[in-house]
Amino acid sequence: MKFISKYRRHKFATPLLLVIALSALGFTFSAATAAPASNSMSASAKSTLVEEGQTIFLKGCSSCHGLNAEGGAVAPSLIGVGAASVDFQVGTGRMPMQDMSQQAMRKKPVYNEEQTAALAAYVASLAPGPASLKNEEITWERDGNTADGGELFRNNCAMCHNFAGQGGALTQGKYAPTLMGVEPKHIYEAMITGPQSMPVFSDKIITPQEKLSIIKWIKAAESEPNLGGASLGRVGPVTEGLLIWVFGLGLLIGIAVWLTAKAR
Amino acid sequence: MSKELEPLSDPGLPEHIHRRADTDPIAAKRAEQQVAILFSLSALGTVLFIYSFFFVKEDVFIFLPILGNTNAHQLGIGLGMAAGLFFIGIGAVHWAKTLMPDQEVIAQRHEFKSEPEDRDAFVKAAKEGAEVAGLGRRPLIKRTLIGAAALAGLPAVFMLRDLGPLPGKELEKTNWKSGTRLVTDPGDRPIKASDLEVGAVAQVLPELLPGQKRTLEDIGKDAVLLIRLRPAEFQLDEERLSWTHEGIIAFSKICSHMGCAVALYEQTTKHLLCPCHQSTFDVTRAAKVIFGPAARPLPQLAITVDAEGNLIAKQPFTEAVGPSFWERSS
Amino acid sequence: MSACERIAGTVANYVDERTGAAAWMKKNLQKVFPDHWSFMLGEIALYSFVILLLSGTFLTFWFDPSMRTVVYEGSYQPLKEVEMSAAYASTLHISFDVRGGLLMRQIHHWAALIFMAAIVVHLLRVFFTGAFRKPREFNWILGIGLLTLGIVEGFLGYSLPDDLLSGTGLRIAQAIIQALPVVGTYISFFAFGGAFPGEAFIPRIYTVHILLLPGIFLALITVHLMLVWYQKHTQYPGPGRTEKNVVGYPLMPVYMAKAGGFFFIVFGVTAFLGAVASINPIWLYGPYTPGQISAGSQPDWYMGWLDGLVRMAPPIETHAFGHTISWNILIPGLIIPGILFTGMALYPFIESWITGDKREHHLLDRPRNVPNRTALGAMALTFTLIALINGGNDIIATHFDLTINQIMWFSRIGIIVLPPLAFVITKRICLSLQRADRELVLHGKETGRLVMLPSGEFIEIHEELSEAKKYTLTQHEQPKAIELVTEDAQGVLNPKGIRAKLQARFSAANAENIAKPTAAEVKELESGHH
Repeated sequence: MKFISKYRRHKFATPLLLVIALSALGFTFSAATAAPASNSMSASAKSTLVEEGQTIFLKGCSSCHGLNAEGGAVAPSLIGVGAASVDFQVGTGRMPMQDMSQQAMRKKPVYNEEQTAALAAYVASLAPGPASLKNEEITWERDGNTADGGELFRNNCAMCHNFAGQGGALTQGKYAPTLMGVEPKHIYEAMITGPQSMPVFSDKIITPQEKLSIIKWIKAAESEPNLGGASLGRVGPVTEGLLIWVFGLGLLIGIAVWLTAKAR
Repeated sequence: MSKELEPLSDPGLPEHIHRRADTDPIAAKRAEQQVAILFSLSALGTVLFIYSFFFVKEDVFIFLPILGNTNAHQLGIGLGMAAGLFFIGIGAVHWAKTLMPDQEVIAQRHEFKSEPEDRDAFVKAAKEGAEVAGLGRRPLIKRTLIGAAALAGLPAVFMLRDLGPLPGKELEKTNWKSGTRLVTDPGDRPIKASDLEVGAVAQVLPELLPGQKRTLEDIGKDAVLLIRLRPAEFQLDEERLSWTHEGIIAFSKICSHMGCAVALYEQTTKHLLCPCHQSTFDVTRAAKVIFGPAARPLPQLAITVDAEGNLIAKQPFTEAVGPSFWERSS
Repeated sequence: MSACERIAGTVANYVDERTGAAAWMKKNLQKVFPDHWSFMLGEIALYSFVILLLSGTFLTFWFDPSMRTVVYEGSYQPLKEVEMSAAYASTLHISFDVRGGLLMRQIHHWAALIFMAAIVVHLLRVFFTGAFRKPREFNWILGIGLLTLGIVEGFLGYSLPDDLLSGTGLRIAQAIIQALPVVGTYISFFAFGGAFPGEAFIPRIYTVHILLLPGIFLALITVHLMLVWYQKHTQYPGPGRTEKNVVGYPLMPVYMAKAGGFFFIVFGVTAFLGAVASINPIWLYGPYTPGQISAGSQPDWYMGWLDGLVRMAPPIETHAFGHTISWNILIPGLIIPGILFTGMALYPFIESWITGDKREHHLLDRPRNVPNRTALGAMALTFTLIALINGGNDIIATHFDLTINQIMWFSRIGIIVLPPLAFVITKRICLSLQRADRELVLHGKETGRLVMLPSGEFIEIHEELSEAKKYTLTQHEQPKAIELVTEDAQGVLNPKGIRAKLQARFSAANAENIAKPTAAEVKELESGHH
């Protein structure tokens, strides 16, 4: 108590209190909204992948998607969506959805690889659908063509995901997410399953070869260093204009004030 | 009364306060050295530029905070040039601020209006000149002069005629004719209905005739977006429904507002969004505008299949595609 | 005499014998310029213009303004063997295969953004301080002209590389042209040499961008500066400063050093930006084709407000007698900007009509002392800012977790409601500041020091302002409103009719001020009194 009274009026007291209060608020919020802990279930040697998947499904997915994955008021039916959809949605952490907002956000996956594969197998068993893929199967480096991929990307993807794959706005708060840091198999699976607002890009419309080229271009854009300097987000003139007003003019006006001030 | 309205009197320029460099020779010397250092920094900057330009390879990247992986050559010549210029400026300003006289000087303003004698002389000269020219007394000269001058400007205008062709019916026609096959863009592959799953889209162009080359002007009016829904999801009248095929519907991709490519298809809401000005179109109701500044729906292309099952256009567009214009009747 | 002095003398003599230059040089070397940081904003624009000329000339040595199709064979791998226009390919060449090319491209584009921003803040300074009043009305009009041309020049400039983003901008410009009633399609086909995009537009705007507009700029800027030179710069009010003098520093050496130095500083800062901040990465946008578009497509900021207006426009189009008029394009794209810029250009005359003030003014106004003008400026700024924000609504939506629909509705309603609100709030703030000034002059500055009187009362000590400060706060004029004369002594009605009524109304609103303290009032009060 004496300590607190003694330093009550210290000049750092207020900022420190602010930091403590904000941190406490932040931690409480994170804890309250944390995704449920990973289920560490061990599969018994006898249960098949599909059975394991069904168990996980009933526990973590059926409350929205229905006991038989038939869908409900808040979630679509999963019958026929295929293993690819599950691998994508669960693998990128979009599912289970954290909150009932406009669209599922990419976040840290709740289920590990084995559990994801089990869920995928279960959903695949309900009705035929696109199969999930492994990253090793997506031979984009060997078989893709970067320049072709760029053309295809600008024709089919840039209108939602922006010219550099940084993402873009859709209506009513939906958005096309950034494509940076996405695993090749997830990119491929998204194209063939058309998650949420994204349309499906059928194999006859964008051939598998072309899909590999698109992935190669995305990876090239991702690894391309910023050739002219700091990239300002790769979203175009908005951030450039902001920089000029805040930094450019600000600096120049500051220098003008110094220039006209009387020297000591 | 007038005394109360008198403003406070002008106390005159404040007393001059000397700077350190004005009175203290050591301070003056220090200021001089500071200016010299600044000019030297500029020289160093130029040296950095020269060195980077010739000796730093253009494919070297270095990692810096905020900038990330940056091109070293670019950074070297850029920072070198910047420093070379910037420090000359800072040095010159510092020199002016610390060492050059900072006594404020007063200069008088002069009235702009000329002296009455000059004004009268000007008016007199102008009047005399006009009289001697005789325009007032010779209306024939005046009238023919005005006529000739007016006409003389016309050739300049007429010579611009060949800037471009007359629009004619150009804006109302596209390359879509009855029976034209829809092909993928890029790739130019024909499309069968079964190629599209429900929820799929395809960027589409009309098939080229043999020997025909596709230009950007063609793309600018022919570009079409193909979307597949479930037939039950359509809310169309009979005629428009007959323009679809098994749930597949085709729209002009050129926005009816200002011509951007409308290709953001939201599978969940069945809406098309144009990213330029956020016009939103409802695919289930023949691209009716539901939000944004577009005033007309996107023109729908009537499609069907040919004998081999490839998607073809049933007929050309029934209206002009793209932004509106005066001659457009609807 | 040193060698330097001898050489300088010989040169000066040589020139003077042929031109008689010594006479006007003598006068002008001593010309006095007032020194205030807010007077340097126009300089930022001027120096940016020079930087644009220099960097732009560099770029013209490599840029190919042709729209013919070529296959890319340069060093940027992700575009290898892609078909594109020669203009785009040559811009890639400048960026990747010419040393210093990308740096100069970026310096050029950053300089253009600074140029426009500097013009705007300079305009705001001139407006809010009333520097556009007689005799400087014509210079103001020149300035508005420079602003308009600058917007066009910048738009044409970034459209030259023919990339996806700027090509989309050209498409939108073409749609505006095409929407013009009666002549729209004709002008569009003449400008583009046929249907959009054609192959003629970029070579044509190249000529406009590097020859016609820079030439007009040089001429207008020269007249603009000559007027400032000849009419002498305005100055802020203060002790020793009157309408009949100008107080500052002489051209040589102080002003030359400071202004010249500032040029290098502006150039240096621009070069710094060009070195460390990427701008207009056309290699990521890809070459233009009308079938493609990127999410988040916007013009550069100085056109962003136009885009914002177009986005928020209601979808109104009329079809009558077989003809279409697109009000949703014409109103935000041409009519509103037209009204705005015409209003701006004519403002000096509008204000002098309202105030009835036909005198010369060389002393600037403190914005708080002209509440109506300041509030009007705030209103116009609010309008433009809302339009600007809406122009970037998709980027704002994704970065701040909002929806484009929300921002659009906010803008549609806000642009009508917020500007008048800004007017009222700004005017009230100005009047409050006037009241605060009055209190300062009459009662002095609050020092925060409390003193207990023997009677037990606490008072705060006020420090009297210096004579200089008191003068600065009270030297301004507070004009009376123009009286409305409805009829003269013989009962003849005022021929100006309704115009006179309007003038009287506006003038009365304009004259609303807090009465400034007079000499008598100040003398009345003892200093140190709270």
